[in-house]
Amino acid sequence: MAQMIVNGIMLGMSYALIALGLTLIFGIMNIVNFAHGQMYMLGSFIVYYFYGIYHWNFFFALFMCIVVLALIGVIFERFFFRRIIKLSTRAESSMLLAIGTALLLENVALLSFGEKNRGVPPIDNRIYAILNIHIPGNRLVVFTVSIVLIAALLLFIRYTKYGLAMRALAQDKEVTYLMGVNINRISMMGFAMGASLAGVAGGLLALIFPIFFGSGANVSIKSFIMIMIGGAGVVPGAIIGGFILGMLESIGYGLIPGSVTYLIIIFAVILVLIIRPLGIMGKPGY
Amino acid sequence: MGRKRRTSVLLAVVLIFFLISLPVGVFAEGKKEPGPGQAVLKVGVLGVMSGAAASWGLVMKYCTEAIAQLYNEKGGVEIDGKKYKIEAISVDDKNDPKVAKTGMERLVYQEKVKYIIGTNIDDTTASSQPVLESSGAINITYAFARELFKAPHSNTILGMHTPYTSAPVIYKYMQEKRGVKTVSFIARNDADSLYERTEGLEVAKAVGLKIISWKDTYEPGTTDFFPVITKVISGNPDLIVLSGVSPGDAPQLIKAARELGYKGNMSTETAQDAKILMEVAGDYANGYVSVGGASTPEWRSPYMEKFMDAYTKIAGEWNDEAGTKCYALEMILLTLQKAGTAALTDVEVFKKTIPQVVVQNPFIKQDLSLRYVGAEIFGQPRQIGVPLVINQYKNGDFETLIVKTD
Repeated sequence: MAQMIVNGIMLGMSYALIALGLTLIFGIMNIVNFAHGQMYMLGSFIVYYFYGIYHWNFFFALFMCIVVLALIGVIFERFFFRRIIKLSTRAESSMLLAIGTALLLENVALLSFGEKNRGVPPIDNRIYAILNIHIPGNRLVVFTVSIVLIAALLLFIRYTKYGLAMRALAQDKEVTYLMGVNINRISMMGFAMGASLAGVAGGLLALIFPIFFGSGANVSIKSFIMIMIGGAGVVPGAIIGGFILGMLESIGYGLIPGSVTYLIIIFAVILVLIIRPLGIMGKPGY
Repeated sequence: MGRKRRTSVLLAVVLIFFLISLPVGVFAEGKKEPGPGQAVLKVGVLGVMSGAAASWGLVMKYCTEAIAQLYNEKGGVEIDGKKYKIEAISVDDKNDPKVAKTGMERLVYQEKVKYIIGTNIDDTTASSQPVLESSGAINITYAFARELFKAPHSNTILGMHTPYTSAPVIYKYMQEKRGVKTVSFIARNDADSLYERTEGLEVAKAVGLKIISWKDTYEPGTTDFFPVITKVISGNPDLIVLSGVSPGDAPQLIKAARELGYKGNMSTETAQDAKILMEVAGDYANGYVSVGGASTPEWRSPYMEKFMDAYTKIAGEWNDEAGTKCYALEMILLTLQKAGTAALTDVEVFKKTIPQVVVQNPFIKQDLSLRYVGAEIFGQPRQIGVPLVINQYKNGDFETLIVKTD
């Protein structure tokens, strides 16, 4: 049981990092980024090539994830989503576009990288055994870096003027505009940040999860579950949602048959949504 | 939008289409099309070529293209003195039974294909089988369910070994060479893997292994195997069998088990990929036992080496799973050559010829025959007699442990 709890804590922190990017984009732009998982997948391939194949420093490879995915985020926001939001008042338009971008990224990845699973060497191949609990060094690195990145994001959102602008935009677009904030620039920044968060999560988790072109779909589904649990568009909600899902998976798989675990998780999500439709920390108006 | 702007957008779209189609056109022209008057033998490939299991279908596709290329370089396959260029037509069934059915319809009715390689799993083979049979075509599949190959079905052929033939060999090896007495099973939660687990359980009981646990499963698309493998290794079995595990999931399961302190043996009755094992699991995978193809240096023939070169050029890199799937098209062509021209349009002629096909295995350098087998299991010879090769992964490559040819 102790092993399961430790597994859950570590998994939960990784999931929280994945969910943050999605909730950021949704909170600021009211767009459900269906390509979130695919951006995660691209991040993992960036680390695969920079760190795994060309043997550059792992943290440099993570930095490249941020740069490349931020660039993709800027392009998507500037040339795709901004135009759609301007021309169409229907939410379905941006949703369809997001699905299209997801398919685009996935198929480009299939053509570019092939269909096989990949992996990278561990950054720390020690196993720490405390009592009867095994903690691989690799996972400890992922856990630690996840905490640092989440903390950095929270500090950015809380204490910088751009973070303040993003929070204002998430609360009320019109008033934020009237206050003189450049909406387009903040939206672009928010999308870029969301994309780079997805990418850096993928790059970091390449140390422990498989790297293949189809890994994004599952990540997208789990991200949506996390933000539904925690509250869409709310940063602490994404963290809570990720943590809860990680613990549910770890303890669920440990105690009940695998085929039933996810059934119970989905049922729990439905219950949460019936009782609290906006999620645990979701606020009215989002 | 103003008229001028609309025209600009339209022009931009046309330009983009032109720019995209230009390289496509160049590549298409670069492909050697059969010359005028050249006879063509169309072969279908129907399997999963996208999504998490893409490797299975794509390996099948690349194997077919590689074998076709080897024949086409010599002018094609010669049947009754006439040479036929082989053209492979591939359809992605996405591992979805509905898509497999429509894919089969496209191949047999639209493309007029009589010989198809695929599908990859029980569900898609079963859903496409009625279309196959009513159109008078034959397929070589990688599904395992026995019912697919028993009467009244006679148009479906199994392209490789099954869990119920490989498991006894693996488990006996584990007992005799590694002192294994207890076993646990973990399976992917899909029909094929659960079926493989059921077969494995029967075999484990039959050979006298004590079963510690067998109900644990993981969902397709699982990325973190820590939660599910924690439960399995808590029973401390001597052997963990990864039933129906894909080449992508196996290294993750192995790595998770080793990181959690498991020191026992691990095996599977499916084919694996040494490169993925090396990249993802590294030294943790040493000693992992799986089913393989005869592609290790001590067994492969010069023809196998040519095939491996052709495959690598097409796919970009070698995949050990191809060592088990290279037989399908080769066997179709060998049978057609024996059956004659009539079999090109009438599969009943092909079927009648099946028992007569006995050739030197072209992929193995040892003196071993290749023929259709399976009569004792299916009541009819509807399985390619691929040698059963049991491999062990060691330091980046596979080491052959056992080769059974009967």
